Formats: sequence, structure tokens, C-alpha cells
Amino acid sequence: MKPSTDTDTLAPPAAEANPVEGIDQSSGNFSYKVDYAFDAGTGLSEDTVRYISSVKKEAPWILEFRLNALKKFLSMPMPTHWATKDLENIDFNKIRYYLSQGQKPKRTWDEVPDDIKKTFERLGIPEQERKFLAGVEAQFDSEAAYSNIKDLVSKQGVIFVNSTEGLREHPEIFKKFFGKVIPTGDNKFSALNSAVFSGGSFIYVPPGVKVAQPLQAYFRINAENFGQFERTLIIADEGAEVVYMEGCTAPKFSTSTLHSAVVELVALKGAKIQYITVQNWANNVFNLVTKRGVAHEEAEIKWIDCNIGSRLTMKYPGVVLKGRKARGEVISIALANDGQHQDTGAKMIHAADETTSNVIAKSISVGQGRSTYRGIVHIPKHLKGCKNNTECDALLINTNSRTDTYPAITVRGDRNATQHEASVSKVNEEMIFYMQQRGLTEGQAMSLAVNGFINDLARQFPMEYSVELKRLIDLEMEGSVG
Amino acid sequence: MSSIEIKNLHVAIGEKEIVKGFSLVIRSGEVHAIMGPNGTGKSTLAKAIAGHPDYTITSGEVLLDGRSILAMEADERARAGLFLAFQYPSEIPGVSIANFIRAAVQARLAEGEELEATAYYKRLYQKMDLLKIDRKFTSRSVNDGFSGGEKKRCEILQMAMLEPKFAFMDETDSGLDIDALRIVADGVNTMRGPNLGVLLITHYQRLLDYIVPDHVHVMWDGRIVKSGDKSLALELEAKGYDWVKKELAAV
Ligand SMILES: Nc1ncnc2c1ncn2[C@@H]1O[C@H](COP(=O)(O)OP(=O)(O)O)[C@@H](O)[C@H]1O
Ligand SMILES: [Mg+2]
Repeated sequence: MKPSTDTDTLAPPAAEANPVEGIDQSSGNFSYKVDYAFDAGTGLSEDTVRYISSVKKEAPWILEFRLNALKKFLSMPMPTHWATKDLENIDFNKIRYYLSQGQKPKRTWDEVPDDIKKTFERLGIPEQERKFLAGVEAQFDSEAAYSNIKDLVSKQGVIFVNSTEGLREHPEIFKKFFGKVIPTGDNKFSALNSAVFSGGSFIYVPPGVKVAQPLQAYFRINAENFGQFERTLIIADEGAEVVYMEGCTAPKFSTSTLHSAVVELVALKGAKIQYITVQNWANNVFNLVTKRGVAHEEAEIKWIDCNIGSRLTMKYPGVVLKGRKARGEVISIALANDGQHQDTGAKMIHAADETTSNVIAKSISVGQGRSTYRGIVHIPKHLKGCKNNTECDALLINTNSRTDTYPAITVRGDRNATQHEASVSKVNEEMIFYMQQRGLTEGQAMSLAVNGFINDLARQFPMEYSVELKRLIDLEMEGSVG
Repeated sequence: MSSIEIKNLHVAIGEKEIVKGFSLVIRSGEVHAIMGPNGTGKSTLAKAIAGHPDYTITSGEVLLDGRSILAMEADERARAGLFLAFQYPSEIPGVSIANFIRAAVQARLAEGEELEATAYYKRLYQKMDLLKIDRKFTSRSVNDGFSGGEKKRCEILQMAMLEPKFAFMDETDSGLDIDALRIVADGVNTMRGPNLGVLLITHYQRLLDYIVPDHVHVMWDGRIVKSGDKSLALELEAKGYDWVKKELAAV
């Protein structure tokens, strides 16, 4: 994928500094031979985009941004040349791009719609934890249905709103960075998201403010054929710290459904952002997400990303290490069960001296499941004192499973260091028998083995997320044995 | 009072018959020892009874308290009260001993019943003290990077926590130095009692100095060829397995 050279690209106003200006982000793109034959589909028109924008009462510049993105989306080829041809099976005609229940954000648990409560129930969250979840921002279809943690953090001057509100009420803060970390034309699906986005969180943390509690959001898909295109932008101003958690569950559907989010993070000088995701998509969901952050001087961005389920996930959280001593980290867990393909990884783009990056990826492939690690580490020659560590471990649950590793590490110059380790192991029959001999069922034995494999990473999740993660793995493994 | 009856058991791995007509009855309270040279089928016998899927029982019966267990999965047999201390225990990276045993204890509770954590740890620490196991031990991953002695001690700890009706202990003495052997033997001796039946598998008589068996059997080519009391073990030690071989040839 080449960076777009469209002349009608919405150029950032001159007064607003582009946070990634001067950094050739395409150096971090996966380069594969592109077959330009494509079919963009016809389900999405200018009218759809105009409708969304008018419902949201958006400023003209946002509509313009959307329309420009639509053009890009339609003109870009499907990236079927790399991960899988399965993308060709997405029928853009069948996708509803916007669905608003016309709901206003709710404040109390009582006001939360029953079916959202049911989703929590399905997750098996105990009663006492649900109270805690009353602080959750849950996305109901495309609009935030519920939020009250906002009130809490707003006392610290933190802005925590949905994308519509963020762009409408706080353009002076968000416009500067919106669509800059991930340019519209970064890839076909970031373009799609840019055209039809709704929902998602916009967060601004003022200088020096350390947000004590993690900000949370639950997203889910709950209408058949409904694509979800949330848009998240988090800005941590100088010395600020914030943890954001995103969890997804989706009921099972009979036809394919598309989830295509864009998440942009900006950590200004000395700031820290941690973005945690636990996703459990239904087997028919295409989960095509672009996540990237820019870390300025001495700033730190950490992606903790767990992907379970979906038909196809393509997700490579990245960090552009823009300032001296910036740090980037990706901790990734992927579980591919029968009929699922997890194509995940990380991008680390070093653009300043003494920047460090760390990638630890663990994948589990079960049955016909397939996982791929696709990573990029780019350290140009003129830099010095940069370090990268990459570790990829794959666990295979049976011989049909497939795993591939494509780590592309380009480290130039002799003043930088990189370390790379990869391993593939199998859950062997003897281990399962051993555990069964202690009284565990085959399914319990499998999930214990899998939980053990990811244990060191799972420990980095906040408590309630690691509990949920364990539960999800138990569910997956139960289903995987005959 | 429980019993396990192994009746004329034949076990094959693939096409190859390994256990060829093995019969033995063990009652709770009894300690039996099986001695035999390497490759005679001792481990195969134990694993087949425990329900290993690779081992086919071609004929014969195994009855626990009069009921056949052969149609049961390995985990059901375990929950019914069978325990196998493995000759080569598996490593389970990332799963702590404490969590593993906890899962195993939990698996024995009725559906919907939750193991009470404080009571569990209290009992775990009691057993560990009994077996002279350091507190730090149980936060390590199961058998991961353990020495031979640590693995065996981990097996004994699991056995103590799971309180089986019958324990098959496969060469629990191998790889142990004399101190470790003593600790393991002490552990088994404290568990010994009217509610536990034990089958000790070994090819050295050394272990039997510490755990004195009620009955000793010599296994040869997949079956018991000679039975006696603990003096048989000493005789075997003195005369070697060739003695059994010659006796057999004479018959
Ligand atoms: N998984 C296996 N596959 C094939 N042959 C096996 C397997 N396990 C054991 N055997 C064979 O079965 C025989 C008995 O082995 P084993 O039961 O381990 O003996 P023992 O425990 O008495 O030393 C040996 O000849 C061994 O090679
Ligand atoms: Mg053996």
C-alpha cells in the first residue's frame, strides 16, 4: 500500500501541527505485491455519508472529511494480496452503516437497556461486579448508551465523550489530532471507518493529570448485518497518564458482519497511555481494526490486545516513536478456533534516538484455526541507541492448526539493537492425560494448558479483565473438544 | 472398605500386546509392590488402568468396588478415586501447583459448589508441612524445570491433597537421593491407612526398605509370575531377575 497521493486529500489546516509530519509512516507498511483488480462494492454511497453527518449535526469540515474518505475507500483495492482472500467475501451492500436508536447517554444502571444487561449476564459477570460496571461506557449500536464515569473524571478536567460529542463540542482539542495519527488513506478499512464512523470514545487528559481508574467501554454488535465503525482518539497531554479498557462481546449471527474501528493515541511529552482490549467476536465477524499511537519525547504507549473469536481479525497495533526516549509496547494474545483466522501483530516505527520498543505476542490455534503473527520493526540508519525486543510464541492444539510468523525487522545502522525470539509448541496428549488423571475433563485440561501458556501476559491485564479472559478461554476450549 | 480387581487384563499399544493376562486384587489398607525389569509392562499397566487413550484394553476387566471402570474416561476414573503417580510427570508451563491442585480439588465438588479458598490453602499448607515442602514451591509451574526429586514430591503432594482410594505409584523412587526418598516414603507412610490401597511399582528393592509392602509380586513379560511377602523382594535383590527367568523356564 502506497501512501495516497490524491490531490483532494483533506489537507490539515496549516496552523495545526501534524503530529506525524515528517515521519514516513509508509516505511512501516506491509509491502506485498498489490493486485489492482478490485471490486469496491456499491452499498455505500455519498447519501449514506451525508445522512450520517446530518443526523449527527456535524460541522461542514467533518462532512468533507467523511466524503473524502469515502472516495479513498472506493478507490483503494482490497488488501487480499496479503492475509487472506476471505476479505472478498465481505458484501458491502449488505451492511448497514449507521444505526442510531436516538438514545441519549444514560447515567444510572436502572436506565440501561435490558439487552445490554443481558450481555453482561452472558459474560457471566457476578452481581457485585455489575455494580462496578455501572461505571462503564457501553456502546449500544452506534451511540453510547450509558456513561457516568465521565462525571467522575471531569472533575480532573478530563474530557471523556463519544466521537460525535468530541468533534462537536471540543473541536479546539480534538481536531488537531483527529485523522492525523492514522491518515484516512492508511488502508482501505481506515478509509471506510473515516467515512462512516460513529460511536467510540474521545478522551483528553490535561497536563500532569493521572487518571486513577481505568476508563472503560464495552462495545458490541447487536443488529444483524450491522457494521460497527467506532472511532477513538485519546490524547494524553504532557505528563498525563491514562488507562483505557475496551471489551467486546457479540451475540452469534447467521450472516457476516463487519467491525472496522480506528483508534488513535497521542502521548505528548512524558505522558503514558495504556490501551487494553479483550475482544470476543462471533464466528462470522470480520474484525479489521487500525490502531496506532504517537509517542512523543519520553512518552510511553502500551497496547494490550487480546483477540478471541471472529471469522477474520486483521489488527496490528502500532506505535510511532516520535520523540527521544519514547517507549512503545505491544502485548498481544490471539486465539483462533475452528473457522477462525487471527492475523495480528505489531508495528514499531522508531523515529527518534534512544527509543525502545517491546513486542510480546502469543497465539493459540485450535482445530482448523489459523493464527499469523505479522510484525514490523523499523529503525532507520541515522538513529542511535534504539532498542527492540520481539517475542512470538505459538501454541498449537492439534496438528491441523496452522501458524505463521512474518516478523519484518528492519534495523539499520550499527548503533541500534534488536532481539527476536520465536517458538512454536504443542499441547501434547501426555499433558492432557496427566491433567485428566487428576480429575479434570479434557476441556478443563485444555483451557488450563492454554491459560498457562498466556499466564505471564494475562497477569498484565487488570484483575476483572484477566478473570473475563480466563472465562472466555474456558468457553472456547470447552467447545473445542469432542 | 474398597477394592480394585484387575482380572486377566490384556493391554496393547497399537498392534503390540504389552500386558498379557495380569490379575491382582488390592483392598483398601493394603500396600502391594510390583517389581520387574525394565520394559516388562509396569507403566503400561498403570496407564491403561488410569485410562490413557493410547492403550487398548483388548480383554479382561478392572472393577472398582465391583463396578467396571473400563468405559469411563480418565478423568472419571480419577474422580472415582484412582490416582497415578507418574514415572514421568508432565510439565504444565504457566500453571502454578497451587492452582493446578485447586482445579483438581474443585473438579471433585458437586456442580455449583465452589471451593472455599482459605480452607483450601490451609489444607494445602498442612500437607506441605507434612511432606516438608517449602511454601514457595506451590507458586512454581507444575513440574516446569523441576529436578527428578521435585517432580516426585509434587506427585506425592497431589496425592495427599486428592486423597484417592487407590494409588498407583510408578517408580516414585527413581531419581531420588536418599534424603528425598525418605521424605517421599514418610509421606506415603503417613497416608497409609484403612482408606487407601497402594500399588508400588519399582524395580529396586531400596524403596521397600522405607515403605514396607504387605505383598510383593514379580512381573515378567506382561504378567505376574511370582507373588509373596516382603521377603520376596529381598530374595529378588539377592538373586536378580535371572533367577525368576530360570524358574520360569523350568516350569
Ligand atoms: N507409547 C508407546 N508406544 C509404543 N511402545 C511402547 C509405548 N510405551 C511403552 N511401550 C513399550 O511397551 C513395553 C513396556 O513398556 P513399559 O510399560 O514402559 O515398561 P516398564 O514400565 O515395565 O519399564 C516396552 O517394550 C516399551 O517399549
Ligand atoms: Mg515404567
